[in-house]
Amino acid sequence: MIAIGLEGSANKLGVGIMLHPSDGSTPQVLANIRHTYVSPPGEGFLPKDTARHHRAWVVKLVKKALKEARLSVNDVDCICYTKGPGMGAPLQSVAVAARTLSLLWGKELIGVNHCIGHIEMGRLITGAANPVVLYVSGGNTQVIAYSSQRYRIFGETLDIAVGNCLDRFARTLHISNDPAPGYNIEQLAKKGKELVDLPYTVKGMDCSMSGILAAIDALAATYGLDGEQRDEEEDATDADSTPESDGVSESRKPTRADLCFSLQETVFSMLVEITERAMAHVGSKEVLIVGGVGCNERLQEMMGIMARDRGGSVHATDERFCIDNGIMIAQAGILAYKTGFRTPFKETTCTQRFRTDDVFVQWRD
Amino acid sequence: MPESEYNPPPLPQPFTNTPASQITPIYQGAEAHLYKTTFLSPPIPAALKIRPSKPYRHPILDRRLSRARILQEARCLAKLVKEGVAVPALLGLDWEGNGKDGGGSWLVMEWVEGCVVRVVLERWEGVIKARQGYMGGIEGEEEKVVRRLLRRIGGAVGGLHRAGVIHGDLTTSNLMLRPFSRIGDQKGNVDSGEEEEGGSSDMEGDIVLIDFGLASQSSQDEDRAVDLYVLERAFGSSHPRTEEFFEEVLSGYRESYKGAGSTLKRLEDVRMRGRKKSMIG
Repeated sequence: MIAIGLEGSANKLGVGIMLHPSDGSTPQVLANIRHTYVSPPGEGFLPKDTARHHRAWVVKLVKKALKEARLSVNDVDCICYTKGPGMGAPLQSVAVAARTLSLLWGKELIGVNHCIGHIEMGRLITGAANPVVLYVSGGNTQVIAYSSQRYRIFGETLDIAVGNCLDRFARTLHISNDPAPGYNIEQLAKKGKELVDLPYTVKGMDCSMSGILAAIDALAATYGLDGEQRDEEEDATDADSTPESDGVSESRKPTRADLCFSLQETVFSMLVEITERAMAHVGSKEVLIVGGVGCNERLQEMMGIMARDRGGSVHATDERFCIDNGIMIAQAGILAYKTGFRTPFKETTCTQRFRTDDVFVQWRD
Repeated sequence: MPESEYNPPPLPQPFTNTPASQITPIYQGAEAHLYKTTFLSPPIPAALKIRPSKPYRHPILDRRLSRARILQEARCLAKLVKEGVAVPALLGLDWEGNGKDGGGSWLVMEWVEGCVVRVVLERWEGVIKARQGYMGGIEGEEEKVVRRLLRRIGGAVGGLHRAGVIHGDLTTSNLMLRPFSRIGDQKGNVDSGEEEEGGSSDMEGDIVLIDFGLASQSSQDEDRAVDLYVLERAFGSSHPRTEEFFEEVLSGYRESYKGAGSTLKRLEDVRMRGRKKSMIG
């Protein structure tokens, strides 16, 4: 059984093809192609520009994916697309593409919840049977555990997603959005040493990020670190940190790297803490990190230390599977397809609001 | 919990001298390790809660959080005992533990007999599930018992809020059911002392609130409502079968103190929040 998956809920357009062999052996990835809309430094991606990007690229990517998988249209069993959640305009442009293919090829459609796609792909790649899932990306921050046919949300962000918090701080600092703002923050954070004081907001298993972003934006403004990087400042801080680095460093002016470091340390501590709380609550020892922020090695490291101390382990994937992609939509779609699920043509809409726990998970016990 | 691989961390300073027979690890929570030990003399049981430092966290952040939380927890417990709310009494603490590395801060509290509400409800759900196989529906008596339990939970949370404390992490794992039987029970006279008749005895008892690790002091409707919302969600995600009875918690809460009405009104606003909810209807 072969499914093609189309994903475009944010600035990544992904087309992927999954094969589920009829003998029940391990599913295979036949093609996984992605094209990202990158906005200039200091700016985010706007829905209309992103949708235009997806419309311009979707035909090319589908052709390329079929070629890479060495398949003809006849080999495909169903077309899976992202129904939500995500940005309206990009979702629509991909839904229109999926409907067009469905009519053109005479194949059935499966509307997939984006979050479920991440979870199922993570489970397939890592082999984690029943983990607590931390789903962290630019649009979502959720701690999820499976129980009786639903992926239940135990904790989530009360305002903005963690990826959004990092991306927006990258904007404040005018850090490049290529390949991803979060990636560049991570690289810069590796050079940071001093921890600046930021709010730490965990409420039970929920957390809040917007106040932290406001606080660090204000700090950046106070120290004149926002906007484009000025060359002389980097040398200056290097010079004055060397002679008295072991003294009282309270008064030392933080660098851009210090701010990125502090932001990561603070928000990731919060994420690890709420994940640990969910693990203790449901009595699980496995953690699976999915979503774009899940590529961050510092987050994976912190989660690994926590899991180790609880006698468990952490499962994470690399950017091919973590960052939005088409195969995860194909994977979740094909699982639903096998149980007889179909999205009738009239209902092949998309929605910006689509909660993870709205999906009835028929393919698991 | 599979106890097999559970390796408790080394004990902090004063407890290194406690004979092993008098200090038994009970449970590893998210933030703390819980031990049963004794206080002053062997027949008096006590709960020891150790908050080991979190190696995944930056040491400065870790120290800041541990200190703030353990002191906050202690202040809240002390206040609640004074106000007559059923919580374990605080007996002692050290926020620095062993100092820089290892050990961790600790807190000793009165020992609470009984078991957590999560286990009580899981047991009940198991019974119901087994029975539904050939009868279907939740029977009158079972329903009454669980409704009574939930009502008492509401009353206990109300008592807490009346005293000006917000729990911060209300789940069914943080509520204990202490059997009525103990006579020397001076603090147990909260809301529920009268209904000691027979029935399903395993659901009877005082509700004792535990684990104030995320507690804070506040009397604002907003904070109280969020506290209730956290509890509501905990019921929804861990005990789907009891979700329909959650109204009992709220009516128990409503009767428990004067300002409860406005908190419950605020709760309706809080429910509307949350991300990606479908806004239809």
